[in-house]
Amino acid sequence: MTAVSLGMPRVYHGEGNIFETEAFPKYAAKELTNEQLRANLGFATHKIRTKREHVVGELPDWQGLRTAGSMIKQRVMANLPEYLEMFEKNFTAAGGHVHWARNAEEANQIALDLIRAEGVDEVIKIKSMATAETGLNEYLRENGVEAIETDLAEEIVQLADDRPSHILVPAIHFNRTQIRDIFLKKIDGVSVDLSNDPADLAEASRIRLRDKFLQSKVAVSGVNFGIAETGSLSIVESEGNGRMCLTLPDTLISFMGIEKLLPSFEDFEVFLQLLPRSSTGERMNPYTSLWTGVTPGDGPQNMHVILIDNGRTAVLDDEVGRQALHCIRCSACMNVCPVYERAGGHAYGSTYPGPIGAILSPQLGGIENEYNSSLPFASSLCGACYDACPVKINIPDVLVHLRGKAVDHEKAQGDFKGGKKDPHYQMDAMMFGAKQLFSSGKLMSLAEKGLPMSKLVTGKDHKISKFPGLVGGWTKYRDIPEPPKESFRNWWKKEAPKASRRDSSERVDIQALIEQNKGKVVEAHQQAEQRGQTIAHPAEEKEQ
Amino acid sequence: MRIALFSTCIVDGMYPKVAKATVDILERLGHEVVYPQGQTCCSQMHVNSGYFDDAYPIVKNHVESFEEWDFDVAVAPSGSCVASLGHQQPMIARHGGNEDLAKRAEMLADRTFELSNLLIDVLGITNASEQLGSYFPHHVTFHSSCHGMRLLHLGTRQQDLLRTVEGLEYTQIEDIDQCCGFGGTFSFKNADTSGAMVADKVMHIEKTGASVCAGGDVSCLMNIGGALSRKKSDVRTLHFAEILASTKESPLKIDGPVSLSIAGGK
Repeated sequence: MTAVSLGMPRVYHGEGNIFETEAFPKYAAKELTNEQLRANLGFATHKIRTKREHVVGELPDWQGLRTAGSMIKQRVMANLPEYLEMFEKNFTAAGGHVHWARNAEEANQIALDLIRAEGVDEVIKIKSMATAETGLNEYLRENGVEAIETDLAEEIVQLADDRPSHILVPAIHFNRTQIRDIFLKKIDGVSVDLSNDPADLAEASRIRLRDKFLQSKVAVSGVNFGIAETGSLSIVESEGNGRMCLTLPDTLISFMGIEKLLPSFEDFEVFLQLLPRSSTGERMNPYTSLWTGVTPGDGPQNMHVILIDNGRTAVLDDEVGRQALHCIRCSACMNVCPVYERAGGHAYGSTYPGPIGAILSPQLGGIENEYNSSLPFASSLCGACYDACPVKINIPDVLVHLRGKAVDHEKAQGDFKGGKKDPHYQMDAMMFGAKQLFSSGKLMSLAEKGLPMSKLVTGKDHKISKFPGLVGGWTKYRDIPEPPKESFRNWWKKEAPKASRRDSSERVDIQALIEQNKGKVVEAHQQAEQRGQTIAHPAEEKEQ
Repeated sequence: MRIALFSTCIVDGMYPKVAKATVDILERLGHEVVYPQGQTCCSQMHVNSGYFDDAYPIVKNHVESFEEWDFDVAVAPSGSCVASLGHQQPMIARHGGNEDLAKRAEMLADRTFELSNLLIDVLGITNASEQLGSYFPHHVTFHSSCHGMRLLHLGTRQQDLLRTVEGLEYTQIEDIDQCCGFGGTFSFKNADTSGAMVADKVMHIEKTGASVCAGGDVSCLMNIGGALSRKKSDVRTLHFAEILASTKESPLKIDGPVSLSIAGGK
């Protein structure tokens, strides 16, 4: 008799471009020395940030929209198998073909087979995160097919033989002079007098791409939204290159992550309000394409969609982490992120940079991956991403959750390659010591009696400027002040009057007091405003 | 009213003057302050570093220490630690399989207030100069700590109290909603990114021309102050409680080593 396991089905992690190539702190340290990159990023993120704040502020029901978006996505995730089958049925009924891919390799293979069946060696592409994730372009090239990016920023990055560093603005790390130089080098027949004016740069790209649009037989796209009820697909874009790709070629192959579904057409309306405002800071995006199957004699006659898992079901398996699948790839989180703004997108390794990447990549690829386990720690947990997220993904909470998983995994491994110098060892030791101390007020009190000893290390200038080991990271940029001679706890023990214990029946009704003082916040603000500089609320008290 | 002080570990060990200032303000208003001696830390450092199992006994200790005493409200001079009580302690208790502890942690968190929140919303203070006798004739700017701003939604409570202090000149910092780069263990695990963040914060502070940068969390202030010190800047950091506690009779001096003499021998 053979033993049969009745446990949970095993989860399959994804592959492709969802991994760090080295730990985040190291990669970031290199990027931080690039002054030009920091200037470009600072300028661009601040600009989009301001635009977004403006158009979001215009909507009286923004918080309601966020809630609606979040709830629709929760419904999709709770019923994903049913919605996927509904989508498959309706997409097929409308004349399309549905393909299922468990991972990046399978998705790429399916696409290559479809392209080969058309007998072409060049395809045009709409900017797509899913194909970047699966590494389609590289895969096709290895197999003799050229994929031409038609989104301006993707084209720049492709011509520069570089990687995108942002979801929405892949070339955010280049400024216009750098872009002109790339065009001069890489576009055949471009005028040597090409200026760095955005209109001139766009024109150079337009001339190059026009021929491609008219001659290509096959286009590859991603998908912004799939609608289960009707079997429709949608692409939201700014430049019109997408519309060209979706309508001119005979064959259209769309890559879609299985989480991209919306239940019905009605739900689409919520996201068409959320996405452009959060992403480009526009009220409405210039082009919204929506198609349902094949129309004889009009548009692509061969329509394919490749539904990709590549680790998504593993994400769905995590009760806390699964909200990462709600992401609509707007990039608002990276535009407000102080870490992204300094380190840049490449430091995150994966196709998905910034705060969302820090929670998505380690879940798609598995926290067990040596380098991806550094991603959840690449955040100061300031929470700006959560406030900006149009579908209310609680990124800081998921980051902390994944840190827990990373530590558990690392502890289970149990070996410290670097011995006592291994940062993991030092972290474990520090946390263990602090735990012992923080578990008892008595022990704290005793330990704090040693505070005057700190004099031995602070020296004449009353500060610590260099600390060994892990904490050396702190003293690389800052001093540590001299600790006090006596802790508060020990001072209080000596100085404070002995309070008598009392009974809970003597308790004041705090809720009643709060009710009574309801207008005081506004009153305090007004009193302060009368005395000088007027200031705005740094963050309005918003509903989460 | 009987108010239990949660000093927080970092104030207790590194900035006792902030806890003393907090006590001073509350006693000035006629309240009794008690200090549950068993308390240590909210556990946030462990939680945010991913050490959930190690955080558990710390959470348990916090809840039990405060349950030993009867009081009307608890207060802490920190937005971050107060946010952690409601936000993380129940999660850690549940992670440790103790639903009862989770519920008790929630109840305690509901009764624990950040200082400006307590002063304005519970005690009805709207003017520091008139109601607390606060006096601080210096040019001050302010760092709005993330967790107070985004998790507790404190709005401008701390700044508003500061701006009603007699003699205080206030200048708002540029990009006030930007993190200073502290982030607990982030500050040394991602030292270079954190260092770049605090460098920008310090630049904005110096641009205001203020001689003091106030704030509501000493952890952020230790980060900012440490970077200012490294730059040999003349700007110093102070917790807003220290400024509110300063009076004409017993003014807080900012030249030389900062120390606060508290009226009444305490």
